[in-house]
Amino acid sequence: MILVMVRRLGEMVFVLVSISVLVFLIFFATPGADPAARLAGRGATPATLAAVRHSFGLDKPLPVQYVLMMKHLFVTQDLTSFVNPGEKVVPAVLQAVPVTLSLVFGAAIIWVIAALVVGVLAAWARDTVLDRLLMLFSLIGVSMPVFWLAEVANLITQARYHDTWLFSWVPALGYVPLSVSVVGWFKSLVIPWTVLAVTYIGLYGRVLRSNLVEAMNEDYIRTARAKGLSERQIILRHALRMSLITLVSMFGLDFGLLAGGGALLIEVVSGLPGVGELTYQALQNLDLPFIMAAVLYGAVFIVVANTVVDMLYAVIDPRAR
Amino acid sequence: MNGETLLEVDDLRVSFRTGQGVLPIVEGVSFVVKAGEILSVVGESGSGKSLTALAIMRLITDPNAVITGSVRFRGQDLLGLPEPAMRSLRGGAIAMIFQDPMTALTPAYTVGAQIVEQIMAHRNAGRMAARTRAIDLLGAMGIASPRDIAGRYPHQLSGGMRQRVMIAMALSCDPALLIADEPTTALDVTVQAQILELILRLRGEFGSSVLLITHDMGVVAKVADRVVVMYAGAIAEAGATRALFARPAHPYTIGLLGAIPRLRGPRLVRLPAIPGAPPAPHDRPSGCGFAPRCAAATGICAAHPPLITHDGHAVACFHARAA
Ligand SMILES: Nc1ncnc2c1ncn2[C@@H]1O[C@H](COP(=O)(O)OP(=O)(O)O)[C@@H](O)[C@H]1O
Ligand SMILES: [Mg+2]
Repeated sequence: MILVMVRRLGEMVFVLVSISVLVFLIFFATPGADPAARLAGRGATPATLAAVRHSFGLDKPLPVQYVLMMKHLFVTQDLTSFVNPGEKVVPAVLQAVPVTLSLVFGAAIIWVIAALVVGVLAAWARDTVLDRLLMLFSLIGVSMPVFWLAEVANLITQARYHDTWLFSWVPALGYVPLSVSVVGWFKSLVIPWTVLAVTYIGLYGRVLRSNLVEAMNEDYIRTARAKGLSERQIILRHALRMSLITLVSMFGLDFGLLAGGGALLIEVVSGLPGVGELTYQALQNLDLPFIMAAVLYGAVFIVVANTVVDMLYAVIDPRAR
Repeated sequence: MNGETLLEVDDLRVSFRTGQGVLPIVEGVSFVVKAGEILSVVGESGSGKSLTALAIMRLITDPNAVITGSVRFRGQDLLGLPEPAMRSLRGGAIAMIFQDPMTALTPAYTVGAQIVEQIMAHRNAGRMAARTRAIDLLGAMGIASPRDIAGRYPHQLSGGMRQRVMIAMALSCDPALLIADEPTTALDVTVQAQILELILRLRGEFGSSVLLITHDMGVVAKVADRVVVMYAGAIAEAGATRALFARPAHPYTIGLLGAIPRLRGPRLVRLPAIPGAPPAPHDRPSGCGFAPRCAAATGICAAHPPLITHDGHAVACFHARAA
């Protein structure tokens, strides 16, 4: 078990280094484009271009350039934007990370709990009206685009019904750091959490239901019945336990994607200054240092999340050890 | 073996509602299991043996199943029993093991935990006491290091080992009746013999009656006190194993035994040695199910032969060989 974990960590480091090389090559070694011009952004002065060339060692061989770039990113952390001169990239990303993590963690807690309830209830009441209704609502949830749902939520809680007793507590769009006010943090996030969770509740609820129904036909369920266990024990202890194995790997992927910048749409619409929002701004300005940092951050997050999932997998599925 | 009736199955029928109407699978099966005896139900694949066992346990979950007749356990009608009462019988007074030990255990839990779960579902026992009992049971199954095996996961054990675990689990709450549905079919020949020895020995030690389902006349010869031969959902012949092996009366039984040289022979051959195959449930003949494969069949076999009992030996055949 320990050995598997160590090997998995080694693989993770290898993948991360490979990604950084790949990203570097895409940005610095694409034929027919001057990396200095791209780094400096649109309409840079010759002086800026010269400064960029010097700072990134663009007249030196590629491996040296790679090392210099990584130094700027991770050691001195002084990579700066040339579009908004003076703005440091790394601190900006580090500042955005807690926002994104707050958003994604909170949404994940909501969607996991709600999807468990939906999936288990539907599987328990399989082929009844309750099952059909739950699956219908889940399908609707999956089908609603998150940015649209976020806009609708804004419209209702920020504008139309903001003055009613129901939504008067909703703060203006934006993020309140946890360190400033726990209650404020919660209030600023609870609606984005819910909105982001809706799709995943539908998706996970449906997947869980079908996994459970499939598991209920397995031989070990018949054994559990023959042992005299109750239907509740059979579903929760045996069918659900086995279904969780698939669900956990799905969760790892989705969580990694969202935390890695995939929550961009909802961050932009809900006014949360997270990594996705940062990437969005950088893309609009063609701010290459920012884009590169965001891409790397996203890759790191997805790879780390996957490694964690693989390790969790070994914990919950004894056959994978 | 005090001969007291433990389980009484009377005219048990199992059918399924399908798109083409109701499809009968088990067509009126009756037998009794007495306290302390091993009754074997033998028949080719598809003859309805498993469904008979599952119907007794009320484990047929298909909502299209229609089950009629009566199943009495210690005089109590199981088919009409409320689910909670049935649940406390399952794994308690009546336990069941299955054909394929490879898939019958939940992969996520250690085998010890799965035995503990059953003990705690029926007994007012603490986890530690249940665990001690689980380990004792595994030891009683002839497992050399029961403590170690209890901590293993199913995939780490061989088929024979898993079947021992299943038997230990089944016996954990001292069942009066153990239903074993082809417990050795999925195992290697040498392991098969060990598991049969175990079942024989346990009948003595635990005093459980056994309803042993098999398609192997060799298995019947080795362990059964009495035998019920099933063909196409109905009983062809039933009686004490010795008498039935010595003087089989139904052409089907004669065919089955034809392949076996001697009762105590070193090598018992598996069935079937009869040409042809049993009919599929949807094209069973309206009369005797065996008639299409039977050398002795005549016009009268287009009617359903009644099961006639004489001296404890029952035969359903118009041309039954005289005893
Ligand atoms: N749920 C079901 N619906 C329809 N037919 C079934 C169902 N379950 C079993 N059968 C049919 O019943 C027949 C007898 O099954 P079974 O009792 O398993 O036979 P055996 O154990 O003697 O091999 C098989 O032909 C099978 O196709
Ligand atoms: Mg069977």
